[in-house]
Amino acid sequence: MAMFPEARPVERFRPLEWLRENLFSSPLNGALTIVALVIIYWLVVPTVQWAIVNAVWTGGSREACLGEGAGACWPFITNRIGLILYGFYDDGERWRPILTFALLVAGILWLTLPRLPRKMLVAVLMVTIYPVVAYCLLTGGLGLGVVPTSRWGGLLLTMVVAVTGILLSLPLGILLALGRRSDLPVVRIASVIFIEFWRGVPLVTVLFMASYMLPLFAPQGVTVDKLLRALIAVALFNSAYMAEVVRGGLQAVAKGQQEAATALGLGYWQSNTLIILPQALRLAIPNIVSTFIGIFKDTTLVSIIGFFDLLGIIQSGTSDSHWASPSTAFTGYLFAAAVFWVFCFSMSRYSRHMERVLNAGERR
Amino acid sequence: MRIRVAALAFLAAILTQPAFAGPSPTLQKVLKNGYLRCGVSEGLQGFSTPDAKGRWTGLDVDFCRALAAAIFGDAQKVRFTPASAKVRFTALQSGEYDVLSRNTTWTMSRDVQLGLEFAGTIYYDGQGFMVPKKLNIKSAKQLNGANICTNTGTTTELNLADYFRSNKLKYTVIAFEREPEVVAAYDSGRCDAITTDQSGLYAERLTLKNPADHVILPEIISKEPLGPAVNQSDPQWGDIVRWTLFALINAEELGVTSKNVDQMLKSPNPEIRRLLGVEGSFGQSMGLSNDWAVRAIKQVGNYGEIFERNVGQGSPLKIQRGLNALWKHGGLQYAPPVR
Repeated sequence: MAMFPEARPVERFRPLEWLRENLFSSPLNGALTIVALVIIYWLVVPTVQWAIVNAVWTGGSREACLGEGAGACWPFITNRIGLILYGFYDDGERWRPILTFALLVAGILWLTLPRLPRKMLVAVLMVTIYPVVAYCLLTGGLGLGVVPTSRWGGLLLTMVVAVTGILLSLPLGILLALGRRSDLPVVRIASVIFIEFWRGVPLVTVLFMASYMLPLFAPQGVTVDKLLRALIAVALFNSAYMAEVVRGGLQAVAKGQQEAATALGLGYWQSNTLIILPQALRLAIPNIVSTFIGIFKDTTLVSIIGFFDLLGIIQSGTSDSHWASPSTAFTGYLFAAAVFWVFCFSMSRYSRHMERVLNAGERR
Repeated sequence: MRIRVAALAFLAAILTQPAFAGPSPTLQKVLKNGYLRCGVSEGLQGFSTPDAKGRWTGLDVDFCRALAAAIFGDAQKVRFTPASAKVRFTALQSGEYDVLSRNTTWTMSRDVQLGLEFAGTIYYDGQGFMVPKKLNIKSAKQLNGANICTNTGTTTELNLADYFRSNKLKYTVIAFEREPEVVAAYDSGRCDAITTDQSGLYAERLTLKNPADHVILPEIISKEPLGPAVNQSDPQWGDIVRWTLFALINAEELGVTSKNVDQMLKSPNPEIRRLLGVEGSFGQSMGLSNDWAVRAIKQVGNYGEIFERNVGQGSPLKIQRGLNALWKHGGLQYAPPVR
């Protein structure tokens, strides 16, 4: 944090002085700077050379990527980009996930851009109507051809798992957090058991149970779609984490706020929704977004139950003998990492933005 | 009186039941679904891999297509579920798929303890060695004193130790956690040889800088018969899977291919006539139609065609038939006769 930002006189930026002050202020700092620069040079230069300068950009098969000193094999990605984005989703039906995603982006942008009106209405539509529309678009029905969930994959599947996990875990988590602080013993104990159970088991186990063990116990003839089972498992699992994050926020709200609300004659729900939760959630934003990012990255775990998420579909592609080359696997992993980074970094930036907007009144 | 007749008829029906052995419940379920559910590897060169169009290809995949063709007359009526090595058996037991066609080694413990039934061997694999051509090594017995790269935690290290001890050879093992590391170490010259299952060696060779500079030695030091597996609770379903595999192998032996199968229907050879359902009712006895084998061969090809297309000379892997040649040609592929 910059000290005395206002007190500092306006001065011209002098590079040498800046270097001496910030990077070489003492012999130790100077040495550390040089070491860091060497490490950066040592990591960045070969990576850029491999991924961009020496990379192969066009081609139709592995032969293109076999040249002497060839770097990343990008045609491997461009050639199967449809598969990476939509998985096995039927070719002629891919406008449906595109439309679903476009609606999601439009909704998020509407809520993000400050100048657009009727944010409350859009927010309500996004959590009520949008999931129904998305469900109908993706699975079919209402005159659209049915696409079984076993054909979903790639980025589409990653988004479906992440978005449902995020949308369901936050409200569930808030309810659980309130439940854990409730004065009613039954509600409190039930919430504690729920939270501690789901936090006590690894997600891999939960997914495994939901997809392979449940059918063994379920009565004959009862079948629930495997993806739906996985989605419910992900939502319940993450709602337990979310509950603890929200509870942390609730505890940070000064006790006087609750007392003041009670003194004003507000009931339990009124005081919580109008006074306590808005403050608690604002305090909890960094951790809530951390949990969102965690959910997004955990989607890769669905690959153990026979779904190909973004990472899984790229990994399976590296086993295509028509594309086998020394750089295929590394190119695939680099691409997957880049896509994940873009999504997670956007979420993190958005959370910073939200914090700044919401903290406007408290900035000193 | 009428009741007594009905009771007698019922009793007779029960008594004669075992002789007819009702249709396989799995087959009924498959027919009701309208598609076969097949568990395959999440990605293994030549055995199962989704191509750029999202179409599954490979030896294990084509076997499921042949099975679907035998059942429905349509090789496309199959849904593939990728199964990791860890969950493959549990998922088969819980009915996640009807057949597991996933480069699974047929071992006694799996066959006896896990409630599975192996339908046969579609690919005889085994641990082998790859060496750079420039070392001029022709046999694994010349590997005395070699540095050998492999990955940790599998049976490959154990097999390696056994082989070198029984041949009184010295060696140094350089083990890595993951497959790409092993390949990178070998490619950079840290070891003289690399060992894993032979089909894996062919796949790894393609990811080397100069694949043509490396040879795979003829010796195989462990037995890894890979084959499709089904649930033990439905033996008739096991029969359907087993005899579909045998039909593909018999077809190659009898010279029946996807191209000539229609002409072969007129063949005077009684073995061909029985295989193709011109004589006898072998298909019906399994609950399929009599031309089950014709459908499979016509749409997917015989065993040799499937092999060459996915892992053999028609593929980048270029694996020799070796142990997987027909018994007549010095290999192990041998199917009991249809009669």
